Parts: sequence; C-alpha cells; structure tokens
Amino acid sequence: MIYVNGEPLQAGEQPTIRDVLLELQIDPEAAGIAVAVDAEVARRGVWQTRTLADGARVEIVRAVQGG
Amino acid sequence: MTTQPRADGRTASRPLQIAGRTFGSRLLLGTGGFSRMEALGDAIRASETELVTVAMRRIEPSADGSLLDVIAAAGVDVLPNTAGCFTARDAVLTAQLAREALGTDWVKLEVIGDERTLLPDGPELLVAAEQLVDEGFVVLPYTSDDPVLARRLEDVGCAAVMPLGSPIGSGRGIANPANLTLIVEAAGVPVILDAGVGTASDAALAMELGCDAVLCASAISRATDPVAMAHAIRHAVLAGVLARDAGRIPRRTHARASSPLDGVAEFE
Repeated sequence: MIYVNGEPLQAGEQPTIRDVLLELQIDPEAAGIAVAVDAEVARRGVWQTRTLADGARVEIVRAVQGG
Repeated sequence: MTTQPRADGRTASRPLQIAGRTFGSRLLLGTGGFSRMEALGDAIRASETELVTVAMRRIEPSADGSLLDVIAAAGVDVLPNTAGCFTARDAVLTAQLAREALGTDWVKLEVIGDERTLLPDGPELLVAAEQLVDEGFVVLPYTSDDPVLARRLEDVGCAAVMPLGSPIGSGRGIANPANLTLIVEAAGVPVILDAGVGTASDAALAMELGCDAVLCASAISRATDPVAMAHAIRHAVLAGVLARDAGRIPRRTHARASSPLDGVAEFE
C-alpha cells in the first residue's frame, strides 16, 4: 500500500512512479506536473526507474489558479 | 550587513528590473479568483502584465492543462507561489516542485502564519528565503509591512520584497503608508506591493509612495467586471509612477492661492 495525495493506493509489487501515474490515468509525459516522494522531489528523469516502497507517501501536483 | 539606500531617480522611463530581467509592465497579476478561464485570458491582456502567479496543488484525476494553456496563449510567464504553506519546510518543497513542474526558478514565496488573517510568518519566511536563495531560486517573498523584516529578506538575497498593503483579499488598500515608505526608502531591490489592493486608486498610491510594481489578484478577478478593472489598474499603476516622478506638491495646512493676489477688480 502506498499513499498518493493522501489516498491509499494498491499499485502492485514495487511500482515505479511512472506506474502510479499511469494507474491514475495521468500522462507521465504531460507538462506542468511534479512529484514528491516522502517529502522530497522526485525529478522527472527517475519516474521510470524509481520504485516506491510500501507506505511511500507520494504527492503529485500541478499549477492551479492562485494569487 | 546593511543595505544602501537606493539612488534616487527611478523613473517610469526606466523599466522594472528584477534579478536582471527587464519588464515593460509594472503590474503583476494573480490568477486566483477568476470564475472563468476566458475572463482570465482577457484580463491578462487588458492588464498588459508580463508575469502572472499560479499556485501548486494536488492534481485532480480530471485535471486538464487549460490554465497553463491560457497563460501561454496570452504570451506571459508564470510565477509560482507557495500559497497554503505554513512552514519553511513546506514552502521550500513547494518551490522545488514548482521549479520541476514549470521549469522556472522564480518563486513568490509565501509562508503564512495565521489562517484567519493570512499574515506572513516572518521567522519561517526568512528561513525559507535563505534556503531557496542558496538553492539558486529567484525569491520574491510576500512579507508584512515591517521595514526590518523587509531588510532582512533583502540581506539574505531575495530579488525583490513584496510587502502587503493589507491582508490578502481584504481590499483595504495600504493600511500603513508610513511603513511602506520606510521599506521603499531602505530597499536596494524592487519593492512590489502585494495584497490589499481593492481598486485602482490603491495601486496608484502604491506607485506614488515609491513602489516599483504592484501585484493584484482579487481586486481584478473578483471585480464585477474583471477585464474592465484590469484595464483600470493598468492605467492606475502607470499614472502612479508618472505622478511620483513628476514630483507632487507638499501638503500644506493652509491654502496657497494659485491666482494672483494683486490686481483684483474693485466694484465699490
């Protein structure tokens, strides 16, 4: 079990960040998104290889309207 | 380290420069509060801004790219903020995520200390600013109207300071013009009035007091007619900086006639 944006997610055995994005129907090639794992930025270059341990806390963010 | 007072003679004809970048417009626009994307695009164009702020939030499954598309179509750059962060740690991480997502190392740094007033948390702000400067960010901190904190933010390497006029979204204008003047007089980096603008005259006053630029969000986005208000505030910013450079007359207690006192006709 990992946690994505605060919600629990069953994403198979040792999923990569890319696996999780695809599971959530988020295009990993899309511009304007960023990922943090356990409160550290996971740069785009590692999304395909970085696996997520059980209990990992993933935040996926994008730009929204704001002052 | 103390900062040298800025040289006098900043003029409207000298464009705004932040971190070596030149801006033709002295108005920054916040994208928050627009109810429709079309209105945002139209307001960006009416404001003639070159830099608009965005916030970073968790992605929604239905997310589309329309915000960034609207901004790109208007031909302006994004300035991500760290709105919603209450600690230096969260603000730094949010800035790092924004850099990764948007490909900019500019950040409008916000570290909020109180949910009700949304006032900045000075100590956390300073810690976050110093760390982000060390990491190569161009840091534009949203700060209180405290001249000492503004100086400390400049001392750690911020590229500008963004004091509030009054609380975010309050529309109460510049609550403490004397403090804002002290910040302007001491600053060696651009001073951008952030928060509190309610209408065009507030933006004009900020420029008359010597600010280098104004950031507006709610004043425009929540106006009855956002596009018309963007137009009005663009002119107000320009009028304010022109008036400042023109040199206003001093305030006087008593009248000073502008018509000749001699040669008045007598009818008795």
